[in-house]
Amino acid sequence: MKSGIVSYGGYIPRYRIRPKDIGVVWGADGEAMGRGLNIRAKSVPGPDEDVITISVEAARACMAKVDLDPTDIGAIYVGSESHPYAVKPTATVVAEAIGSAPVLTAADFEFACKAGTAAIQTTMGLTLSKMMKYGLAIGADTSQGAPGDALEYSASAGGAALLIGVDHVAAEIAHTVSFTTDTPDFWRREGQRYPSHGGRFTGEPAYFKHVLNCAQLLFKRAGTTAEEYDYAVFHQPNGKFPVRAAKQLGFKEGQIDAGLCVREIGNTYSGAIMVGLCAILDEADPGDRIFAVGYGSGAGSDAFDLTVTEEIRKIRRDATPSIKEMMADSVFLDYATYAKYRGKILMREA
Amino acid sequence: MRDVAVIGVGETEFGELWDRSFRDLGIEAGLKAIQDAKLRSEDIDAVYIGNMSAGKFIDQEHVSALVADYSGLADMHLPTVRVEGGGACGAIALLQARLAIASGMHDIVVVGGAEKMTDVGEVQAAEILSSTADQEWESVFGATFAGLYAMMARRHMHEFGTTREQMAAVAVKNHKNGALNPEAQFQKEITIDAVLQAPWVAEPLGLFDCAPLSDGAAAVVLCEAQRARKFSDTPIRIAGSGQASDFLALHDRRDLTTLDATVIAGKRAFHEAKMMPKDVQVAEVHDNFTISEILAIEDLRFIEKGKGGPATAEGLTALNGKISVNTSGGLKARGQPVGATGVAQAVEIVRQLRGEAGKRQVVGARHGLTHTLGGTGATAVVHLFERGD
Repeated sequence: MKSGIVSYGGYIPRYRIRPKDIGVVWGADGEAMGRGLNIRAKSVPGPDEDVITISVEAARACMAKVDLDPTDIGAIYVGSESHPYAVKPTATVVAEAIGSAPVLTAADFEFACKAGTAAIQTTMGLTLSKMMKYGLAIGADTSQGAPGDALEYSASAGGAALLIGVDHVAAEIAHTVSFTTDTPDFWRREGQRYPSHGGRFTGEPAYFKHVLNCAQLLFKRAGTTAEEYDYAVFHQPNGKFPVRAAKQLGFKEGQIDAGLCVREIGNTYSGAIMVGLCAILDEADPGDRIFAVGYGSGAGSDAFDLTVTEEIRKIRRDATPSIKEMMADSVFLDYATYAKYRGKILMREA
Repeated sequence: MRDVAVIGVGETEFGELWDRSFRDLGIEAGLKAIQDAKLRSEDIDAVYIGNMSAGKFIDQEHVSALVADYSGLADMHLPTVRVEGGGACGAIALLQARLAIASGMHDIVVVGGAEKMTDVGEVQAAEILSSTADQEWESVFGATFAGLYAMMARRHMHEFGTTREQMAAVAVKNHKNGALNPEAQFQKEITIDAVLQAPWVAEPLGLFDCAPLSDGAAAVVLCEAQRARKFSDTPIRIAGSGQASDFLALHDRRDLTTLDATVIAGKRAFHEAKMMPKDVQVAEVHDNFTISEILAIEDLRFIEKGKGGPATAEGLTALNGKISVNTSGGLKARGQPVGATGVAQAVEIVRQLRGEAGKRQVVGARHGLTHTLGGTGATAVVHLFERGD
């Protein structure tokens, strides 16, 4: 018996801002910044969007593709580093919104950008052990980049929900493995509005060390090599890191293209690898093999070996817009409107 | 004064060495130098350390005793000295150690230089570096280190027609040399265009006109010259040393395009060594910015004043050119762990004079020079080295 993805759904806010338009405000060469990061635009949450609404959208899109009873969902976990409330869960709102309440367990997860993949692993365990039929794993963020900071060019918004179970599995997860150390490359303390980061330290000893080690562990565990996979997807904080990691692991451009959404929408943090995975599932055929490695600062990686099954044909993949369609459906903002939408303008108190 | 020679050298790789601490680096460089000199710990009389700002970079003062302790020398109860003099601290430590031996007080002294700069963020690191400029009259008004050197560059361009391309040639040359140095932070060649297209740090200095922030350490063992032969077949004699200071703040100086401290330190060193600039085949000069190397080769009289830019562009300072400058890659490509700089420069010159510089060996190198600056040139130290045979 193997658990896996039963259904999936993603959500990307429609608004975008280009690096050029951010740079002009800070006297920086935003275009060069965008080229360096390999990011053409980043998504921006609308004024009435947050991790709760994004999670609900993603969960609804996930449930719209299948005819399953939402009360069969025994657990909902939402991984994010931008939950709207410090105390009060996001997951309960999602549970109510999709009709799974009240007989289920729910919680919010945090592990920088990999809390969503941690939720996948948790729900795999709960469903494999038959404690419940299905579990819903969500990764979503409206990430924060301090104004003028390098992160502002990439920190974006989006999320995805994956329904995990052992019945009607559309993408079987044969292996998962994690690699975790205490590596403080990026952090935000309680009460702080914006995160801090260790500059280039977030690369070599953080992202690359964890992603590459975790990927090698997965190859070993699955007894596979890069060429055996049809798709590969990685955490994508920018358009450069995942491409370099993929190359070092022996993957070719054709394998990573479908899941590399960061170039059009920026870094959706907890949503990033899961949105990439959804983009792959939008087009994958039965028998396709997918290699997925997430990364969360602090730091750790979760890796998954997936194989798409015949069940993928039974999912109504066209019931909701595909990730590609959501990426293309964009409204570009200037910096002033972006600042307003992100709540960076001090308003009169009501 | 007794003659003093270098009998051992050691260094760590330079770079963003995130998994290694200040003490790891200090120990590695020190032990390599001691092994190179084939010393026993009982032979060592004292330890001198050049370090700019461990107190700010890693919250650790009293690094002189620390380095001796972690090098396994604590129970020798050696006198240990930490020297601070901005970016010149390593070179001053070398000078002070030389004097201690010359005076007859010590026979063998280990001189180390070390800095661990990447434990703090880049903004904080830049602020710490700027603290060697004048806090009350420069830094507090927003002048950054790069900004001050940019003013020197601008004035040099104005007075002598120096171009950005000529300054870029310094970076290109030093990266080319760095590519031949397995311990260098940047071992990759760059092009003039890459330098010119890099983002501004302080106009007219772009990113590639500036030396990086680095972790690293270097060490040399000095010995009274008569005894030196016991330890080394090719002891490298310190033929002359000169140190000079100047107004701390740039705006108080006589001239923006000449660092008087360099001129005077150079004269003192050459006078003591009874040498002329033309006698030197290889020099490590303080290229914390590309303009700094142009100023240095002029102020040390290797190149006529105002001609440093064209001379570099024409290759006169390239490896095995008229004079080989910064064969290690310099601060620009080898890296700039501030406290290590002066000592690391001496390590490179000793390697060159011993004929052990590998692919970057200067043919027929017999006399070498190191030039190290503190702040924007309020301190300059010049050492001249020669083969003992």
